Amino acid sequence: MEITHDHLNKPGWKRELIAIWGYAQRNYFLTKRYFLWELVWLVYTIMNALTIGFIGVGFGGDDAARATTFLLIGSMLWSYLSMIFDLLSETVSWERWEGTIEYTFMAPSSRATQLIGMGLYAVLYGLVRLAIMLGVISLFFELSLGEANYLAAVGILAICSLSLVGFGMVAAVMPLLSPEKGQQVTSIFTAVLLLVSGIYYSVDVLPGWLQPMSTVSPVYYALNGIRAALLEGASFGSQWHNIWPLLIMGALFPPIGLWLFGKGEIYAKRTGLLKRAG
Amino acid sequence: MANIEIQPGTHALVLTDIEKKFKKKRGEYAYALKGVSLTVHRGEVVGILGPNGSGKSTLVRVISTLTLPDGGDVNVFGIDAVAHPRVVQRYLNRVSVEASFFKKLSSLENLLFGAKLYGVSDAESRPRIAHILESIGFDTKRIGEPMEHLSRGMQQKIALARALLTSPMLMLLDEPTTGLDPRSKKDVQKLINQIRQGHDSSILLCTHDMGEAEELCDRIGILLNGELIAIGTAAELKRKYGTENLEDVFMAATGTSLDEAEFDPEERQEDSTEEASSMKVEVGVG
Repeated sequence: MEITHDHLNKPGWKRELIAIWGYAQRNYFLTKRYFLWELVWLVYTIMNALTIGFIGVGFGGDDAARATTFLLIGSMLWSYLSMIFDLLSETVSWERWEGTIEYTFMAPSSRATQLIGMGLYAVLYGLVRLAIMLGVISLFFELSLGEANYLAAVGILAICSLSLVGFGMVAAVMPLLSPEKGQQVTSIFTAVLLLVSGIYYSVDVLPGWLQPMSTVSPVYYALNGIRAALLEGASFGSQWHNIWPLLIMGALFPPIGLWLFGKGEIYAKRTGLLKRAG
Repeated sequence: MANIEIQPGTHALVLTDIEKKFKKKRGEYAYALKGVSLTVHRGEVVGILGPNGSGKSTLVRVISTLTLPDGGDVNVFGIDAVAHPRVVQRYLNRVSVEASFFKKLSSLENLLFGAKLYGVSDAESRPRIAHILESIGFDTKRIGEPMEHLSRGMQQKIALARALLTSPMLMLLDEPTTGLDPRSKKDVQKLINQIRQGHDSSILLCTHDMGEAEELCDRIGILLNGELIAIGTAAELKRKYGTENLEDVFMAATGTSLDEAEFDPEERQEDSTEEASSMKVEVGVG
């Protein structure tokens, strides 16, 4: 059995790029294999969005179209961003559940590569789901998108995706630190984001003590910016007050997430937690 | 990554005084490895014989950079595995008792993924996969079937193929035949022999199968309660303990038979609760 060692001579950046593609492709294979579950989840998410849309129709009064559009933007954006967050935060739990965690963590590709690969797939898959949702939802409602500035909305969405990938990286460390309870903790992260980001309401309605929390949620700024772009046709440039916090979070969260993940990995290696059976 | 390469003339693996203990409860630690020192020369197959809970898996995890030792040095081809884990990871791979795949994915999808983590592209790995699977007698018509549809024996062959795809210079085999039916066991052992003869790999084989150790290994070490209590060729061990077979060597070296050690209920209990499993508990350390 003749074996060559050619790949050992490849430059590091090339090996890491191949590994990033490996993670993204593996997730695509998994989505394909779990297609029926993915379909069930997508249908559930669309039904959920439609239900929320009809609340807008029912309670929107004279400007039902605007209220419906406001709610649906929240619903769709939340579906997209929470999926990115969940996919990233499940990086470790998923490997542990499948029993592959030891093989992945003893491979020579970096943790940044793993998380970037997961993030890349999450963004691409999230966009496909978002497009399908948008197509179905537009069949049911008269949306108030006459003045929409789609380009600005897409730009803000792109910046926010980066922040959410970083935010997910921060959360991904939890299942590494606690195999039994870590994933539940990430659900608390998601729940708090849902509460304070103004998905279905303006954060002004929150109790005063809770409102400051929205300022550290990237979803809050993304929603503000995208709603302004789609409902009022606001330009990208005029959304600077929403864009700069997203840029800062996009620049800070991924390195913080990676740093924390690295620390968590060392802790897990020291305490023997980095193994299949938790 | 630091530009560190393997040095010519270095041994495949040198372990010096490896210590590892795990916290069991407040103030109590269980030793998984106690002062383990071992050298694997290039091209050599070294077997580690020991009952469940003796520390074999911890030893493999320490070498494969998944567990950090509390003390001692781990050198792989002259590179410090604790200081430079990612450099060392390029040169080693592992097959464990559990095949550990994405169960819904096919063997091809799992192999492509496993290879990419080591920087092997699809274009490079596809012909290699065909060649390796052919040489291990895997029916390539089943390459698209989900792993969960394959027998344990076939899964274990795919696990060996996954390791071979990345051309490891040091292979860590952690009970690769445990739980296999006799025919699959023979197939996997034959494959390990093929790897040994045709591939310039050094192998550390952990097993509790005496026959397997004697048939496949150049030297055999006996690990008990985290301590390497003896090491040598099968003939040397037999001579040293004045016995005819490895079962008697084990009995003479440890004072118990492998079977009795396997079914020590105290060890079993610890095995199920903690990686460290069997070892003596020392109170108040650390």
